[in-house]
Amino acid sequence: MLSDFIPLFLSMVMAGGLALTLLKAAEIFGPKRPNVTKRAAYESGMDPIGTARDRYSIKFYLVAMIFIVFDVEVVFLYPWAVSFRDFIAAGEAGGVLAVVFLFIIILGIGLLYDIKKGGLDFDDLRHQREFQGR
Amino acid sequence: MDLPLYWIAAIGFLLINFFLVSASVLVYAERKVSAYIQNRPGPNRVGPFGFLQPFADVVKLVFKEDIRPSAASGFVHSLAPWLMVVIAMTATALIPMARGIVIAPLEVGVLALLALTSISVYGITLAGWSSNSKYSLLGGLRSSAQMISYELSMGLAVVSVVLMAGTLNLVEIVEDQAFVWNVFRNPIGAIIFLVTAFAETNRAPFDLPEAEQELVGGYHTEYSGMKFGMFFLAEYVNFFIASFVIVTLFFGGYLLPFEYLYADALYEAGLGWLMTILQLLGLVVKAGFFAFLFIWVRWTLPRFKYNQLMTIGWKYLLPIALVNVMVIAVIMAIF
Repeated sequence: MLSDFIPLFLSMVMAGGLALTLLKAAEIFGPKRPNVTKRAAYESGMDPIGTARDRYSIKFYLVAMIFIVFDVEVVFLYPWAVSFRDFIAAGEAGGVLAVVFLFIIILGIGLLYDIKKGGLDFDDLRHQREFQGR
Repeated sequence: MDLPLYWIAAIGFLLINFFLVSASVLVYAERKVSAYIQNRPGPNRVGPFGFLQPFADVVKLVFKEDIRPSAASGFVHSLAPWLMVVIAMTATALIPMARGIVIAPLEVGVLALLALTSISVYGITLAGWSSNSKYSLLGGLRSSAQMISYELSMGLAVVSVVLMAGTLNLVEIVEDQAFVWNVFRNPIGAIIFLVTAFAETNRAPFDLPEAEQELVGGYHTEYSGMKFGMFFLAEYVNFFIASFVIVTLFFGGYLLPFEYLYADALYEAGLGWLMTILQLLGLVVKAGFFAFLFIWVRWTLPRFKYNQLMTIGWKYLLPIALVNVMVIAVIMAIF
């Protein structure tokens, strides 16, 4: 089984060599004249204020967490999708469909709940209303 | 396919070089097409019709200074472009180029492809984080959130294809379309996959990670010289591969139109090599059309706002993709 993957690893090694060659070529041929201004982070011409190692919006964490749940759902659907033809041939399509649909609908309710709770709203309307004094 | 390993290596080497050259051609095509859309001549100085412009650009990039910001994390800053190129180039090994010509004919080809493409999220996120610049960080964050959001709908569109083919093997999925392309059996899945392919490759109208009006260059703001060139290369190879995957999953892959009518006759006449060449050409032509579509859309449609992007991904594409899978399962069970 693992031997099937050897060509894939082979092309991965070749691609890695290619990318390394590009990096090294630039290192060998490119000029090296660094100075403080050149090496400063770009901030539209101003001196950089603080670092970028800062806190950012919690929304990105929320999206990542919801993604995990639904990605696992998609992963669980793959074995069913591969073997569904066999289930049809065995005449068991109805029961299998009922189980899978129950699974999808439960997660669909989860998605609906998340949307209603505003977990996926990136335009913060509540904040905007407060800002406009409403 | 039981080819000796050195033979596979040779084909793989050729394929990687093919995609390298095609990336240059695509850069040229993008600049020319955008020029004609905007009613200007485009590059026309280097070589006939400016055709050698991308090659001149590569030479220029190699001889440029590699500026690394003093606040950046050195190793990760170099790792990110390396990772992007490796992922993009490795994915080429999985695509069936003609009947019997595929470097890695895996039983789980579809899963390997999805796994590889989802690693490119790391390249962009690491690039954004390691630069230690605010624009880069915002670009990287946006990109990771966007790519994982659209990956779900993409995965579900692929599930609907797998459902009909009953296999994860890309070659068998192509052969399954011998009589009718998947795009006619599963049009909604094809549209969802096309839209998510645009989002996954960070192409307009989903190019928020590098929205130049608000984020300068997004995740590659702090990259210069060849490292920037590597991100550029990876982007063009990625959308060319996306074109190949769209063709493989929905538009019959390497199959020629109505091949079942004359394929057997040609093979019996000993013209198998002709079939292989025609299939290869047909695949490249089909993929070339989708590459043109990617360019065409980029220079025609305006960019989405970030909240619109998330709304499309989670509130429209994901439910539609789920319902599409259910509908196809029901239709398969009935007929």
